[in-house]
Amino acid sequence: MKALLVCEYREGTLLDASYELIAFADRIGVDKVLAVVGSEGALPRFTGPVYLADAEKYGEYNPDLHKKLVLAAVEKENPDCIVFLHSSYGWDLAPRVAAALKAAQVSEVVAVDGRNYEVTCCNGKMRRTITSTTARTVVTVQAGAFTALPAEGTPQVTRLDLVDIASPVEFLGYEAAEAKGVDLAKAEVIVSAGRGVGKKENVPVIAALARALVGELGASRPVVDAGWVEHSHQVGTTGQTVSPKLYVACGISGAIQHVAGMKKSDFVVAINKDRDAPIGEVADVLIVADALQFVPALTAKLQ
Amino acid sequence: MKILVCVKQVPDMESRFKVNGTGVWYEETDLAFRMNEYDEYAVEQAVQLKEQLGEAPDVTVLSIGPDRVGETVKKALAMGCDRAVHIQDPAIHMKDPWQVASIIAAFARDKGFDLILTGMQSQDRGSAQVGVTVAERLGLPCATTLVGFAYNDGTITVKRELEGGLKGVVRMRLPAVVTCQLGLNTPRYPTLPNIMKAKKKEFLAHPVADFLREEPLCATASFHPPAKKGGGLVLEGDVNDMADRLLGILKEKTAVVR
Repeated sequence: MKALLVCEYREGTLLDASYELIAFADRIGVDKVLAVVGSEGALPRFTGPVYLADAEKYGEYNPDLHKKLVLAAVEKENPDCIVFLHSSYGWDLAPRVAAALKAAQVSEVVAVDGRNYEVTCCNGKMRRTITSTTARTVVTVQAGAFTALPAEGTPQVTRLDLVDIASPVEFLGYEAAEAKGVDLAKAEVIVSAGRGVGKKENVPVIAALARALVGELGASRPVVDAGWVEHSHQVGTTGQTVSPKLYVACGISGAIQHVAGMKKSDFVVAINKDRDAPIGEVADVLIVADALQFVPALTAKLQ
Repeated sequence: MKILVCVKQVPDMESRFKVNGTGVWYEETDLAFRMNEYDEYAVEQAVQLKEQLGEAPDVTVLSIGPDRVGETVKKALAMGCDRAVHIQDPAIHMKDPWQVASIIAAFARDKGFDLILTGMQSQDRGSAQVGVTVAERLGLPCATTLVGFAYNDGTITVKRELEGGLKGVVRMRLPAVVTCQLGLNTPRYPTLPNIMKAKKKEFLAHPVADFLREEPLCATASFHPPAKKGGGLVLEGDVNDMADRLLGILKEKTAVVR
């Protein structure tokens, strides 16, 4: 068995999460080959074969060219599975590769047992076990599900190149988030509001608890999308990654995108009406209650 | 301009999910169904583009599933889509993403759609495959996970949401496929007059057999709750009692409450 692991670069830097792909391949016990659209100066720390295409030439995001490059590596190596991270890069590119190979794709894998892949569904509340019925399988693995180990090594590089580099997609550049507002990374206590808070007018109830604990207000994505709290407060993969001494999640269901941003907190308290909410999986204490009733009671006792 | 929006009907994610008799999917009884949240942004973007171009585009909404998906399709019509297509399939949940995408592609092929929009994933399966695979099957360019969309003279410039607050800006000519992320726009609520108007709009139904030409590439072996790691303490009961207990725990276990 052999796995082709497609690593990820951003602005010339290899993303550390790429090492999670190696952890995944080690878990299933397969030979590893890496494919990167990156640069000679930022190769993965890995002893083994690496296919390298130059990001200067092929762009950091060009799905059509990256698909062709991955397919070129597939043709040379004939891997049993082709593995991506379940990220904005991986979920965009993996289905293109799978369709070209007419291979089964399994998305957001959290565990694996032979040809059976466990994936999340129903907003993280349930799991499915999926069996691939094709010779090759394309896999995206959930960020954080397979812990990367410290990596060392020197790759044996094979260059990948395409003859035709015409593409209908033009990448114009990156746009950074506005650099203003709070820096949650420094906060010792974060009290976050989720959709369960109900409406914008209720956010001050959560902010009051944050103040009483001398902490900062955080928020989950739906609350930011709804405009109840500004983006600089957002915790999760598309916001800030935090690790405070105390994290209090109020009315947050615990979608993986949120949990990935706060699971390294020292102590987690979750307040949720739903005893089965996935946030309970990472909470040291789960309070089964309406946050709008519980939070004011706790705040009053702190004052 | 012809626009196609693909929407899925999913259960309310606040629901408690139970495994059904097959062991591979959820029991539908007692579940309330609604439009997949990501798809609401796709419908809104299609309707906004129609408004931008002075009503000229014709917007078709498509959904695959049992009879109940008619409600979701009607909501899209009430939000401003012009016509609806219901591909009837009581067993769509047993088809894999490759088959679902192939059904949509078989419908859309040769119909001359300039733009196809979908949500970036569904809330129940969350595979994030169908939109991209539709594009691949039709040979169209595709951008995923949009949080920004602008149309000008046959070209779209879109913002893809990346990790850590970063966005990637991408441009392509139509025809194209895009998948929409939460926060792309503010989906409108259908007004009563528009709900009434929607009842008069074209609503076509086709059996799925008209478009199903592919075998599945993977199969669901089981559907189950996640293994409980346990460990965490669960408190239930009176709010004041729980607040007292939590304070005691925080004083003991953390340095932030004294």
